[in-house]
Amino acid sequence: MEKQKANIDLNNEVIRIRGLQKSFGDYHVLRGIDLDLYQGENLVVLGRSGTGKSVLIKLISGMLYPDTGTINVLGNELTGITEKEMEALRIRIGFSFQNSALYDSMTVRKNLEFPLVRNRKGITRKEIDTNVHSVLDAVGLSQTINQMPSELSGGQRKRIGIARTLILNPEIMLYDEPTAGLDPITCIEINELINEVQQRYNTSSIIITHDLTCAKMVGDRVAMLLDGQFQRVGSFDEVFATDDARVKPFYDYNFVE
Amino acid sequence: MEGTETTPRTIASRIKGIRDAISGFFLMLYRIYAFVLRFFKEVFLPPYEFKEVVRQCYETGVRSFTLITLTGFIIGVIFTKQSRPSLTDFGATSWLPSLVSIAIMKALAPLVTALIAAGKVGSSIGAELGSMRVTEQIDAMEVSGTKPFKFLVCTRVIATTFTIPLLATYVALIALFGGYLNIAQNEGTSYSTFIEQAFEPITFVDIWASLAKAVVFGFTIGIVGCYQGYNSTKGTEGVGKAANGAVVTAMFLVFIEEVLIVQIAGWFR
Ligand SMILES: Nc1ncnc2c1ncn2[C@@H]1O[C@H](COP(=O)(O)OP(=O)(O)O)[C@@H](O)[C@H]1O
Ligand SMILES: [Mg+2]
Repeated sequence: MEKQKANIDLNNEVIRIRGLQKSFGDYHVLRGIDLDLYQGENLVVLGRSGTGKSVLIKLISGMLYPDTGTINVLGNELTGITEKEMEALRIRIGFSFQNSALYDSMTVRKNLEFPLVRNRKGITRKEIDTNVHSVLDAVGLSQTINQMPSELSGGQRKRIGIARTLILNPEIMLYDEPTAGLDPITCIEINELINEVQQRYNTSSIIITHDLTCAKMVGDRVAMLLDGQFQRVGSFDEVFATDDARVKPFYDYNFVE
Repeated sequence: MEGTETTPRTIASRIKGIRDAISGFFLMLYRIYAFVLRFFKEVFLPPYEFKEVVRQCYETGVRSFTLITLTGFIIGVIFTKQSRPSLTDFGATSWLPSLVSIAIMKALAPLVTALIAAGKVGSSIGAELGSMRVTEQIDAMEVSGTKPFKFLVCTRVIATTFTIPLLATYVALIALFGGYLNIAQNEGTSYSTFIEQAFEPITFVDIWASLAKAVVFGFTIGIVGCYQGYNSTKGTEGVGKAANGAVVTAMFLVFIEEVLIVQIAGWFR
């Protein structure tokens, strides 16, 4: 279950965030985020519910706009980017939603086809089928191709959601609580899938979670979000080598001994 | 419970509640207005999503077809039946075809179609987009290179704006047919005489006004349904609220528009 050595390029930052702040009304959610994501790396972002983890990756994918600070994604500064450039950038980023966000009026096949048909003008039927089968194979769910999302289990929905983002060959993957609400065995399967995606598609990923098993299994590096800032960043063991009363309970709860 | 007494305090809080409801309502109208502006800003820009528009037209028609057919027919029969006694009193049953046709074409057909469509189509648009919002399907579309406002909202609004006038025309014909059956049975009027008498008092302005009404109603139902769903709040109860809000708001606006359009059409006569 130990993580395979990843192929990380420390000279190549695919995401670079500096001094990022975001408030909603009076609520100051993110209070100065600095973050680098290196090519090929799995970075786990830990934090309690409501600390702004989802807000952070929504800012990265351009669904929300920062109040202050800079976000650089794949060489593009998000402040001042045109709408066209943002669209082009977005399809290089895969976003796995917390509840999978499958289109429930469409079959699995249609779900997977949708991003392709919409973004690759003039793609042939044959190419579409090849791509659909390839990502379904990657997530191990070829047999579900004609099913509706409502017929799938939580774990299967997660996988199809991930497959749907993989079909556009993203360079960056953002996972929002990929194991939330799943049973422990399915969690481990999803974690393995995240690692497989890293190897097979050579992606750089941010994985949001509060599941430390997940953090340990998939993270090359862990960053802990506390009070709107990354207070502790490093390897899993480095992050938890502390008596900080805001960090310790996290660990104690997850690994009761 | 203290709340059941009528102390000055509870009265004050009730007044405040009413005031909030009213200002909330006007705030919503303003937001719908902003939503309409956004619609017109985006609808003329490519991509035009023709396929999706056609699919939505089909959905709009199918969703309300059965109920609309049934209601149209029954209204035709009932209205004719109920109007007969008053005309008999004046010995004027021969006016029945004209009376029925005026009522149906000028008022009933667009209004009844709109109310049924608000219930069937508006609510399902609200629920559909609401659940897509709540389960982040709209966000998923946005991050995967499809503009959700264009793909989901513009297509549905175009579809209802285009389809509801067609449905209203259909309702008018079905209702007239219902009226004809009743009249043929009771007065023995022939088909050609009925048609002649039915269309005699109807002017082009009337037909245009009715169609214009149906277009406005269709647009309203589409916009309100989409607005409610698209801006639905998180949580499952948000979906129910969106569906319900779509029906109530659309019906209310349809009545207001009915009054306004009747006024405006009056100036052209
Ligand atoms: N679009 C929004 N509008 C207003 N408040 C928001 C919005 N998105 C998130 N928030 C608020 O920001 C805080 C952090 O949210 P989120 O990032 O979803 O937390 P989590 O770390 O659990 O993912 C929450 O308190 C939430 O209410
Ligand atoms: Mg979250």
